[in-house]
Amino acid sequence: MSATAVTDEVLLSRIAQGDRLAMQVLYGRHHVRVFRFGLRLVRDEQIAEDLIGEVFLDVWRQAGKFERRSAVSTWLLAITRFKALTALRRRKDVELEDEAANAIEDTSDDPEVMVQKKDTSESLRRCLTALSVEHREIVDLVYYHEKSVEEVAEIIGIPENTVKTRLFYARKKLADLLKAAGVERGWP
Amino acid sequence: MMALSKKKLEQEPSDLEMVLPWHAAGTLSARDARRVEEALAREPELARQYAVIREEYAETIALNESLGAPSARAMQTLFAAIDAEPAREAKASLNRVPHVSGFFASLSPRALVWSASLAAVVLMLQAGVIGAFLIKNQSPTYQTASLGMNESSVNAPVTRALGPPHDAMPRALVRFKPDARMSEITSLLDAYQASIIGGGQSGMFRLQFNGGGITKDEAASLIGRLQQEKVVSFAAASP
Repeated sequence: MSATAVTDEVLLSRIAQGDRLAMQVLYGRHHVRVFRFGLRLVRDEQIAEDLIGEVFLDVWRQAGKFERRSAVSTWLLAITRFKALTALRRRKDVELEDEAANAIEDTSDDPEVMVQKKDTSESLRRCLTALSVEHREIVDLVYYHEKSVEEVAEIIGIPENTVKTRLFYARKKLADLLKAAGVERGWP
Repeated sequence: MMALSKKKLEQEPSDLEMVLPWHAAGTLSARDARRVEEALAREPELARQYAVIREEYAETIALNESLGAPSARAMQTLFAAIDAEPAREAKASLNRVPHVSGFFASLSPRALVWSASLAAVVLMLQAGVIGAFLIKNQSPTYQTASLGMNESSVNAPVTRALGPPHDAMPRALVRFKPDARMSEITSLLDAYQASIIGGGQSGMFRLQFNGGGITKDEAASLIGRLQQEKVVSFAAASP
C-alpha cells in the first residue's frame, strides 16, 4: 500500500485544533510561492518576508473558518494579495511603481541596452517586472501559480470575464514595453 | 469565427484568444482545451500568438524561480508568534467531520476496497448480534393481535407479517470499481434503498434492496440500472 500525502484541507482542520506540526507542514509546502507572489507585488524582500509571517499567522488563527469552496493555495494567495496591497498602501508608493513602469517605456537608455544585449529572454523578464501591480499579479497567478480563470477571479475579486480581458491587456502592455525596448515578437 | 488576420487591434479579442494563456498553463477544462487546439490548427495567426504566449509563460516561471526563498528568520518569527498566541480549546466534536472525510480522502483506492470489505464484515457481525439478541428476547416483548400473553396458547403464537416476506426483497451481487469512493458507495446505497448484507470476498458484495414486493421485471430493471452506475463494475441478480 502506498503512502498518500495528507491533503492541505486535512492539515487545515488539524491546524484549527492547534496542531503546530500540521502548521509546519503547510508552511513548508506553500511558503516559497507565497513569498514570491508577495515579493512580486511589494518588490521588497524584507516586506515580503514580513508578509508571509502575517499570512501564515492568519492561517493559524482562521483555519477553522476555511470554507472548502476553493483550494488552500488559492486561499493563501488571496490572503497574500490582500496583505501585500495593504503594505503597498502603507508605503504609499503605488504611484512610484507606476512611474517605474513608465520609466522603462519612456527612457531611451534601457531599451538601447536591451537591444544591445539582443537577449529577448532578459528583455522579457525586465518588462514583466516593469508591469503595473495589477498586471503583474494576473500574469503571475496564471503563468506561475497556474490558477484557473475561476480561481483568479476569486483571488482578485473580479468577474471571470474581467480576468480574461485584464490578462489580455496585461499581455498587450508587455508587448508595448518590449516594442519600446526594441524587441518585436510578431504580436500584436 | 472571424478570421484573426482581418481583426483590427482596436477590436475586442475573441474568447479563444483570451483563454490562450490558460491553455499554455494547462489549466483549461478538457472541452475548452480541445476547442483551442482546433482553433490553433485552423488559424495561423492565433498559433503565432500562442507561440508568443508560451515564451511569456516560460519567462514568467524563470523570473519567479529566480526570486529565491525567504530566510529561516521568517519561519522562526512566525512560530514565535504562534507560540505567543493564546492556547486554543479543543473542539474535537465540532471538527471530527473534516477529520473523517480527510481520512477517507487520504486512502488509496486499494485501501478503500479493503476498508469497504472490513466495513461489510462488521455490518454482518453487527446484524448477527442484533438478530440473536432479538430472537432470544422476543417472547416477552410482543403481543400477538389475537392472543393475550396470559392465554394458554401462548406457546403457539399467531404472528402477522409487517412487510413483504424477507425472500421477496430483491438481492444483487455487486462489485464496485477500485477507484470508487466511500461517499459514492454510500450515496448509491441510499439512492437504491439498499444495504450490504454480505460478501466482501474478491471485492464482491451482496446487496439487498429494501423496497420489497416488486415484480421480476422490475427487479431486472433495477439490476440493469445498477450496472450502468459509474462506481459499479459488475452487478447481477442474486438469490
